[in-house]
Amino acid sequence: MKTPLARGPVSSLLLDQLQQPPSEGDGSSVLLDRIRLSLATTADVVRDEDLQLALFCLYELNYSGLDDVDGHWEWNPGLLGARQLIESAFEDSLRSRVPLPAERPLDSDGVAALLFDLTGKDSGPSMSRFVAKRATREQLDEFLIHKSIYQLKEADPHTWAIPRLNGRAKAAMVEIQADEYGGGRPQRMHSALFARTMRGLGLDDSYGNYVDLVPALTLATNNMMSMFGINRRLRGAIAGHLAAYEMTSSQPNRLYGNGFRRHGFDDQVTWYFDEHVEADAVHEQIAGRDLAGGLVESEPELLEDVLFGASAVLTVDGWLSEHILGCWEQGQSSLRPSVPEAA
Amino acid sequence: MSNLSASEDANAIVVCPDGPILVRGDFEIVSTTGEPLPRTRRTVALCRCGASTIKPYCDGTHKLINFRTEFPADPEKALPDR
Repeated sequence: MKTPLARGPVSSLLLDQLQQPPSEGDGSSVLLDRIRLSLATTADVVRDEDLQLALFCLYELNYSGLDDVDGHWEWNPGLLGARQLIESAFEDSLRSRVPLPAERPLDSDGVAALLFDLTGKDSGPSMSRFVAKRATREQLDEFLIHKSIYQLKEADPHTWAIPRLNGRAKAAMVEIQADEYGGGRPQRMHSALFARTMRGLGLDDSYGNYVDLVPALTLATNNMMSMFGINRRLRGAIAGHLAAYEMTSSQPNRLYGNGFRRHGFDDQVTWYFDEHVEADAVHEQIAGRDLAGGLVESEPELLEDVLFGASAVLTVDGWLSEHILGCWEQGQSSLRPSVPEAA
Repeated sequence: MSNLSASEDANAIVVCPDGPILVRGDFEIVSTTGEPLPRTRRTVALCRCGASTIKPYCDGTHKLINFRTEFPADPEKALPDR
């Protein structure tokens, strides 16, 4: 994707470094020191524009890469150290703030039932009800721009987990992901359907085009998935994350589709949302019982992380919804200015 | 190459507690006159609560209407009055 604009000292140092060819004894120690300083002084790592953008760019090296950045940076030890510093503070912050349910079921039906219960509770303001009934045409654009950061690579963060799973949990993950990736039909990939929706509203559907416009919280929802997916030790959390995602999708997507229909958009535009109403009613059953439940049955010590991953989605995505709806209620944009002030 | 037994290779119908019926494998979904119904995925969830807006498929509405499938504690009470 196109390289984003820096948002502060850490992302500025990182993006400068990525313009150089990778070499031994690079400038990573300066970067690491600057990250330590920022971590020591930030009010909230989850909402820190500079640190979340830096983490997003570091993960992006593992996805589609950054334009004009040498691919060897992906496994550069200095950058891996930088990633771990931010990741570690990010994970600690989430673990201290994400509430966990008290129950500890150990069979797959029990895990699925608990996850359905957890995700069924009303957790704050409803983005889907707002989009269905009240969002303006411009707010539909904003809604898609926030979502585009993930949805144009939909399913990819969870795919990292496949080789880290076994048996029933692995088969479940592959079955869900095969459907996410269109069942062999590229035009039906969920990311392709989302791109179609963006084009229908006149938006640019190239991957990462709008990264500069979205706030730290939007990046944090993406970074959380990448962290859970890329780190093998967090395979419980990515399984819980996917289960919670699927369980909070069918009905909201029906409402999102209604919001776009209310503005006169046709079924080419709403295809993405309509598809998710049906698909995720299938996926939530498989993800809750066979993926999350199957994983807990084979590795019971991962239960806590499964619940953490599920609850983390509800918490962090809830913060993002609060931010967006809060801005909209005041008649303001939820995006960053398109031309950031000079750092 | 191992030989799968008939039961291991069979199509499967998964009855989900408080939810839909998952059908996985090789099968057709047809109308009463044998016409194939629209279907876009291999594994489908069939509505069991009756409230889906996309029947015969599930759309998750069972969660909103508190649909429950467990057997009642006293089966006699589940029978209609005579």
